[in-house]
Amino acid sequence: MMSTSRSGVEVRLEDLRRRYAGVTALDGLSLTMAPGELVALLGPSGCGKTTALRLVAGLEEANGGRVVIGGEDVTNVPANKREIGMVFQAYSLFPHMTAMQNVAFGMQLHEVGTEERRKRAGEMLELVGLSAHANKYAHQLSGGQQQRVALARALAIEPKVLLLDEPLSALDAKVRSRLRDEIRRVQLEVGTTTLFVTHDQEEALAIADRVGVMNAGRLEQLGPPTTIYSRPATPFVAEFVGLTNRLPGVVKGREVEVRGTRLPLVKPDSTDGPAIALVRPEAVSVAADGDVSSGPLIGTVIATVFLGATSRVTVDLGDITVLAQLPTSDAVALTAGTRVRLSLRTDPVLIARDEKAPTEA
Amino acid sequence: MTAAGNPAVAGVGRPITGGRRLSLTWVGAVPFLGYVSVFLFLPTIIIAAGAFLSDSGPTLSNFGNLSRSYIVSATINSLILSGITAVLGAALGAVLSYAIATGNPNGVLRRAAVSASGVLAQFGGVTLAFAALASIGPAGIVYLWMAQNNLDFYSSGTWLYDLRGLEVVYLYFQIPLMVLVFLPAVDGIRPQWREATESLGGNTWHYWRYVAGPLLAPAFLGATLLLFANSLSAYATAAALINQGGIILPLQISNAITSEVGLHEPGFAKAQAVVLIAIVGIVTALYAVLQRRTGRWLQ
Repeated sequence: MMSTSRSGVEVRLEDLRRRYAGVTALDGLSLTMAPGELVALLGPSGCGKTTALRLVAGLEEANGGRVVIGGEDVTNVPANKREIGMVFQAYSLFPHMTAMQNVAFGMQLHEVGTEERRKRAGEMLELVGLSAHANKYAHQLSGGQQQRVALARALAIEPKVLLLDEPLSALDAKVRSRLRDEIRRVQLEVGTTTLFVTHDQEEALAIADRVGVMNAGRLEQLGPPTTIYSRPATPFVAEFVGLTNRLPGVVKGREVEVRGTRLPLVKPDSTDGPAIALVRPEAVSVAADGDVSSGPLIGTVIATVFLGATSRVTVDLGDITVLAQLPTSDAVALTAGTRVRLSLRTDPVLIARDEKAPTEA
Repeated sequence: MTAAGNPAVAGVGRPITGGRRLSLTWVGAVPFLGYVSVFLFLPTIIIAAGAFLSDSGPTLSNFGNLSRSYIVSATINSLILSGITAVLGAALGAVLSYAIATGNPNGVLRRAAVSASGVLAQFGGVTLAFAALASIGPAGIVYLWMAQNNLDFYSSGTWLYDLRGLEVVYLYFQIPLMVLVFLPAVDGIRPQWREATESLGGNTWHYWRYVAGPLLAPAFLGATLLLFANSLSAYATAAALINQGGIILPLQISNAITSEVGLHEPGFAKAQAVVLIAIVGIVTALYAVLQRRTGRWLQ
């Protein structure tokens, strides 16, 4: 196998802006990626994540801001001079070339000698585990294999930055999970600074060093996956990443009172008054109906969904439903119709002030 | 999954011996096979057989007569006419296809251009000849207007009724036919391929040289061959535009059957038709090979 380890470069996006026909797609995105880091941009359709990636690639022009790669301002450098490796969502392999020719194509454009590029293309195919398929055309490869060839092709030119534009979204669940781990392994091995765009939170949380959650063209929060999940900075992040209960309550000082339970606020500067507390399902405890020590709230189980080690229980409290996530061993007895008691763990919570129905996200 | 690969449906048909089953999937093709048998294969056989017959019995003289100078000349003219209108029609139609494909896929312009191509590709015969006469004929409105503005394109002679005139008129249906045949191939070119080329360090030249060009070449060549065959076998437009003589082979075939002044030579007409059939057959076979290759890449 070729020595693929190389140090990545720093990538800086400074106040990037992009508008399309009066619609703001990217509204001042700033982000610094450390050398060799894998950052995932996560968000719903239309949030601007793909626009950001295409601006880094040079496939679109920014209306404002800068892209700095390895200390060099490349904002006005054409795509073919940026030394970018890119993997697209699907169908990007050249269909009239074999896997080997696809991988070697970038090197051919960089005028690498025939023997050298054949050798390196072989090594890159080995890196992604496709040596045996070197002479196959795209239509002879599965979707997952095609994306691995696309990854090898992107890395073969030893790019300064690797850009992955939802590379797993066209694949079925099992292949997606396997290829996700494969991409991470290869990325760690080559050490290329990587920007990964996805709308799949599980994918982003599993693969990235840091996750940037985007909404309406802006970066809502950037941080390690554990922080994004356990300490969301905004209601949008709390609701987009993972499941969240929206429980009506009243803010009083540094706390919000929900059905008699006082929960500390993540941001204690909120104005007093009615609010929606955003509570993770794992912060809700459920026990079969007993005395009040089992929990202050009484409800009825609507459904229990087995998820493996954990189970998700939906409880009707009369005016709202609440989701709880419990170890499966604790949820065995909680069948539909069971009377239960609920309690809320007093973790710091975010609040929302909108009028959306007070149910789970 | 194909029927052949699916055990649940592979058993259609009656068992014969040893558990093997006779597939009946060909039954659906019977109407088509019947149609082409009656209207293509049977006439071809009759023509091919008739080419070896004269009033006095079997003969090879019909093929020997193909060496007559006016037949050689008409054959060469047919090949020149077909070659020029195929190449020009393909080139201009390809540019138009590219313009359509890169425009708004749901736009009015695309719908209008594709619909118009569908109609104009079938536009021929007396109608096309009349349209040519009424527009660019010596008394045509376009010609008269241009002549008044010192753009007399007949200043060195009226060429509408010779080979050059046929070339211009034939392009009227050749270009739209190219659009119909070539547009699906251009539509099959994915934008990711250009972007992948760019991200790998390539420029526009690299994209056309190594990616789009090789991908479209088989479809382009195949469509050019189809245009060649289309022009070679066209008769009605030339017959309506040119009353006398037979500057191309289809007109000579007609003359050999219906000539009021020459000999009535049905066997000779059939020998000429065999030449046309052979050329069109070769071209069609090449077209099929190229289409198969393109279809595999662009699926």
